[in-house]
Amino acid sequence: MCGIVGIYLKSKKFEKSLGGMLSKMLVSMESRGPDSAGFAIYNRDKNKLFKYSVCLNEMSFDRFKKKIKKKIKFTKFEKNSDHVILKSIEKPSKIVPILEDFTEISLVGYGKSIEIFKQVGKPSNVVKKFDLNKFSGSHAIGHTRMATESAITTDGSHPYSTGEDECLVHNGSLSNHNNLRRKLKKNGSKFNSDNDTEVAAGYISNSLKDRNLKQTLKKGLSDLDGFYTFIAGTHSGFAVLRDEIACKPAVIAETKDYVAISSEFQAMAHLPNVNSAKIFEPEPGVVYSWGK
Amino acid sequence: MLLDLKKLKLRSVNEKLQNIDRKKNKRDFVISNPEGNHAVCAGLTDNIDVTIRGHVGYYCAGMNQNANITVEGNVGTGVAENMMSGSVHVKGNASQSAGATAHGGTLIIDGDTSSRCGISMKGIDIIVKGSVGHMSAFMAQSGNLVVFGDAGEALGDSLYETNIYVKGKVKSLGADCEEKKMNKQHKIKLKELLKKAGSNIKPEQFKRYGSARKLYNFHIDNVSNY
Repeated sequence: MCGIVGIYLKSKKFEKSLGGMLSKMLVSMESRGPDSAGFAIYNRDKNKLFKYSVCLNEMSFDRFKKKIKKKIKFTKFEKNSDHVILKSIEKPSKIVPILEDFTEISLVGYGKSIEIFKQVGKPSNVVKKFDLNKFSGSHAIGHTRMATESAITTDGSHPYSTGEDECLVHNGSLSNHNNLRRKLKKNGSKFNSDNDTEVAAGYISNSLKDRNLKQTLKKGLSDLDGFYTFIAGTHSGFAVLRDEIACKPAVIAETKDYVAISSEFQAMAHLPNVNSAKIFEPEPGVVYSWGK
Repeated sequence: MLLDLKKLKLRSVNEKLQNIDRKKNKRDFVISNPEGNHAVCAGLTDNIDVTIRGHVGYYCAGMNQNANITVEGNVGTGVAENMMSGSVHVKGNASQSAGATAHGGTLIIDGDTSSRCGISMKGIDIIVKGSVGHMSAFMAQSGNLVVFGDAGEALGDSLYETNIYVKGKVKSLGADCEEKKMNKQHKIKLKELLKKAGSNIKPEQFKRYGSARKLYNFHIDNVSNY
C-alpha cells in the first residue's frame, strides 16, 4: 500500500497555508500507511543559509548541541520535537561528513530549501508532533507508509533524501534494489537502510549529476525494475512517474494556483477549489514535472 | 431524498440504500459531498435511482443489482465491479478496472478510463465515450465493450467471447485478440448499445475485435504443452 501526496504552488496565494494543506492530505492517507509518515517542505531560508535536517533518535538535544558547537562554529538550531534543523553558512561538503560521523543521529536531508521530518507512528500523530500546520513554503511532498520490505524505523520512513534539496517518496516495491545498491555503492553512494526506495533516491541523485530530473526519471524506466509511483522533489519543483504497468495509483488535480498529487482523490477533497480543478491520472511511463 | 456524506456516515448511507422500505416507495436519492469516499453505493439490490454529486473513490456501485446510479464526477478504481444488473453512468473519467468481472447491467462512462477497463468482464455492456487505457478487456469472457475514442496497448489480451468495438485507434492488440468482421447481428447489437448511451454515431464507424480462439480452445500445435 503506502500513500503519497504532494503540492506544488504555482502562485503565492497559498504559501502560508501549504503546511495545513499537506497535513490534511497526509492524515487522509492514514488508511494506506499507518506505520510511519514523513514530509519534505521546501522553503528558502531568508539569510540563504544551508539547512540540515537531523533526527536526534535517542540523543538529547543539549548533548547534540554541545558536540556540534565544538566542530562547527556558526550554527543556528531550530528544535522541533525529536528533529533539529541546523542552519549554517557552511556548505554540505563540510557539514555532511561531520554529521555523518555522529552514529547516534540520522541526517535525513539537507539543502538551501528542504526541511525533512519523518517518524514512526500514525500519520495523524506525526503531523501533530511536528506541527505541520504551521509550515509555509513553495512545494511539499509527503508519505504514509505501510511497511513491506524493511523494518518500521525512522530510517525506513520516507521521504528519502540522498542529495542537496533532493527527495523521493514511493508507493510500490522495487525488485532489483540489491543489485542497484551494490552498483551505486561502487560509485560512492552511501545508504543508511535496507530500504528499496532509498536505492531509487540514490539512483536519482547519482543520475542528476549528468541529467535533469525529467531525463533522469525517463532513464529510470529501464533501470528501476518493480512497481512504483514516485514523486521526486528538487529545490524548484517536483516530478511524478508511474511504472509502465501502473498498478500503483495516482491522481493529479491542477488549478491556476497549485498542482496536487495523491494516491487517492480523497486526500485532495478538502483542497481549495478542487471541484473545478483539472483532474487526471498520470499515464504509465510518462514523466510529469512542475517547476524548473 | 438528500443524503449528505458530510453529515452522515458512509456506512449508514449505504445501509439505508441497501435496505429500501418498499412500502414507502421512495426511489430517488441524491448523495452530496462524496469527497472521494470508497465503496459509495456498493451492494444495492433494489430498483432505485441514485445521483452522486461529486468525485468518488474505489469500488463505487460495486456488486450493483437493479439500481440506476449516476455519478456527477470522476470515479476511482473498480467502478461497478462485479455488477449483476442495473446501470451506472459516470459523467467524468474512471480510473482502472472499470466494470471488472461484472456479469450484467450497463456501465456508461462519458470521459476516459485508465488501464484494464472491463478486465475479466462476464456479460456487462461497457460504453466508454472517451478512450481506454492499456490491457482493457483483459481475459474478458462475455458482454460488450464499446470505445468511442482510442484503446491503449494490448487490447483484449487472452480474450474469450467478449465483443470489443473501437471507433478510434488501437495502440496494439493483446495475445489472441484480432480484428473481426462486423456482421449484421453485430451492427444491430452495437446500434442498440449506442442508443442506450444516447449516441447517434453509426455502427459502421466502429471496428470489431474478438478472440482468435487459439489460446483457450484446444489447438493441435499446442499438444505438447498439455
